Amino acid sequence: MKAFGVLLRRELALAWGRGGGPLLALTFYACVVVLLPMASGRAPERLAAIAPGIAWLALALAALLSLERLFERDYEDGTLDLLALGPAPLEAVAVAKCLAQWLATGAPLALAAPVAALMLGADLKVMPLLVLCALAGGLAFAFLGGLGAALALGGKRGGLLVAVIVLPLFAPPVIFGAGALDGFSAGLPWTGGLMLLLAYCAGAVALSPLAMGAACRNALD
Amino acid sequence: MLRVVLIQDLAITRGERRLFSHLDLTLRAGEAAALVGRNGAGKTSLLRAVAGLLRPAEGTVSFEGETGPIEAETARAEHLHLLGHQDGLKSSRTAWEELRFQALWTGGSEASAQAAAKRFDLTRLLDLEVRRLSAGQRRRLALARLAASPRSLWLLDEPMAPLDAGQRAAFGAVMAEHLAAGGMILASVHDPLPIPARSVEVGA
Repeated sequence: MKAFGVLLRRELALAWGRGGGPLLALTFYACVVVLLPMASGRAPERLAAIAPGIAWLALALAALLSLERLFERDYEDGTLDLLALGPAPLEAVAVAKCLAQWLATGAPLALAAPVAALMLGADLKVMPLLVLCALAGGLAFAFLGGLGAALALGGKRGGLLVAVIVLPLFAPPVIFGAGALDGFSAGLPWTGGLMLLLAYCAGAVALSPLAMGAACRNALD
Repeated sequence: MLRVVLIQDLAITRGERRLFSHLDLTLRAGEAAALVGRNGAGKTSLLRAVAGLLRPAEGTVSFEGETGPIEAETARAEHLHLLGHQDGLKSSRTAWEELRFQALWTGGSEASAQAAAKRFDLTRLLDLEVRRLSAGQRRRLALARLAASPRSLWLLDEPMAPLDAGQRAAFGAVMAEHLAAGGMILASVHDPLPIPARSVEVGA
């Protein structure tokens, strides 16, 4: 457990250092907020309608961008050997890496999401739900993206492979979260979508480390 | 603490190619073995197989402690160091951050990391980022991990290649001390080790 804490702190520092943190989240959303009206037209009601969906899209894309090399660097520079010879199993190592990635990039993005949605004219009352969905969705993205990154280890064109593996896994949380947000804005039942999102997130966090550990072991062989 | 490493009838295949087969080696507490052989003979693969990272095609690697056999999983998690060409040092972190992490991760403490830094003449360099270190300094930082956490089996891949003569002698003293304390060393080398070691030909 102590070793896990040591590893988590190191991974957090690394994730923060390689371009994570609040600054990245804010810049990323700034790009979205500035470019979206140019791309889709600037009618306020149209922007307001798609704002929560865009916040989701941005979250998923940001996760894909930063997660692709989650294990690759460690594999190339020998860190993965060292991590495999530590007191914690590779499954726990994978949890620490994904968790650190989420804390350094996913959580700041989730907290910045309402700012972006607000600038696009989304309704204020939907914000708490948006943050909750983005936090849970971001956690699921981090673990599923980590799974893709681990499976693509050592392969040529790993980045392409990650996108192909991860795409179908990213679809359900986006659908559940967007469903909850849509229902909430329209005054329809929305808790079902949220529950499904949280359940999906819990499943991803619980199961993907097993696959990541096996994939890393396989890559080291 | 490990007392014996037993390698029996080991064969390693990479892709379609058989690197070596029927390799037997027994290493006891206080002994060192130098793996020699041409480039690509399988010295690195042998070290990785002993560390349990690589599945051998045939044969077994087993470990014994003071009270009997030790599971390979336990040996890997607690009793051995593997130091390869890639040292796992992150160039954006400072030398101290990396040494401290490696020590804590492999069962040492901050105090032992400090002592190891002193031993390897790294104290002045601890505040520098790893990217600013020379190849020899980097290697010394990686080697310091061996002294920073007490593990009995050292698996070293060309440990001394970038070191200068003085540092080679200093590291020889560290290795001799480790052996005197009942440790074991399995090292792949091209130049002879500065300690008495059995020579084992790989892939002959």
